[in-house]
Amino acid sequence: MRILFDLFITFVKIGLFTFGGGYAMLSVIEDNCVEKKKWISHDDMMNVTVIAESTPGPIAINCATFVGYRQAGILGSIMATAGIVVPSFLVILLISGFLDNFLEIKVVRSAFFGIKCAVGVLIISAAVTMIKNMKKKPFSIAVLAASTLAMLAIDVFSLKFSAITIIIAAAILGFAVFAVKGKNLENK
Amino acid sequence: MIYLDLFLGFLKVGCFAFGGAYAAIPLIRDVVLSYGWVTDETLTYMIAVSEMTPGPIMVNLATYVGRSQAGFLGAFIATFAVVFPAFLIMLLCMFVFNSLMKNRCFNSVINTLKPCVVGLILAVGIFMTAEAFFDLKGEGGFDPKALLITVLLAAVAFLPPVFHKKKISPITLIIVSAVLGIVVYGV
Repeated sequence: MRILFDLFITFVKIGLFTFGGGYAMLSVIEDNCVEKKKWISHDDMMNVTVIAESTPGPIAINCATFVGYRQAGILGSIMATAGIVVPSFLVILLISGFLDNFLEIKVVRSAFFGIKCAVGVLIISAAVTMIKNMKKKPFSIAVLAASTLAMLAIDVFSLKFSAITIIIAAAILGFAVFAVKGKNLENK
Repeated sequence: MIYLDLFLGFLKVGCFAFGGAYAAIPLIRDVVLSYGWVTDETLTYMIAVSEMTPGPIMVNLATYVGRSQAGFLGAFIATFAVVFPAFLIMLLCMFVFNSLMKNRCFNSVINTLKPCVVGLILAVGIFMTAEAFFDLKGEGGFDPKALLITVLLAAVAFLPPVFHKKKISPITLIIVSAVLGIVVYGV
């Protein structure tokens, strides 16, 4: 019972004090769960980062589920996940009520016109960091270029396809590459 | 029914958002625009607010969109839907983790998905940056003030790493952009 409460409180703290999304959270989770509480090892933390990146959904949720399950099974994973979600949920609920009236004030409107320019720049900067950390093989560069162009075309021409279509196409391509390579290996 | 739409829409986001919050933005944009819940402009504000508030950006956005469409219950349903797939898939992974990482088919799919997702993020970033000063879908309206702000912000965001300095944090950049907005557009 105490461990469930401890899991919940720890992840509420992580959820409440980490700004900047999932990647920023990883280091805070490591600090709390590996260094302070010793709930999981450094190796576990590396593994969970890899799974978190290769499975869908918010990375922080994946981590919370992993740590919670290791400590106290399914119930633990529910408590840890709830802990990380509750602060976000409440803060946004509180703020979004104000924001609608807020935007009618001239200063706030001007500020938001500026912020509007920043969001796109931030997203590009996130993509640039990811490209830097990527293994630059010809195949991955080709996939990167193809998905960039496809998505831009969809946006600019308001096509009926969506990002999910591109993701599914890439998954099929990955499977096809495996199938072809697998055959080549058998022939050798 | 709005509750069911919110649930299914964000479940889709939760199932397909590989690679964290920025990867989810293209998907959330798709879902939100196709249901006509909010406009591209409102979504931009929502993304900025989600970046400035604590917690996972995806969860913040889901709560925000859900609340704007259907109040507290809407917020709850959208948040639950975006979190649930990650939770469930992670639990399943705990059982098969070791064999999964050695599986060549799984690795091949993941290695193709990674660059694909980065491409999607890059495309949406380019599109949203351009749209801040140039109306791409409408009559082609052009806002030179917004272009000025965008160029200044790009310099703040991309020049420090060139000189091997530390990257500017998202929150700092958003605060700088708000100040620039007030300076350029007036009080």
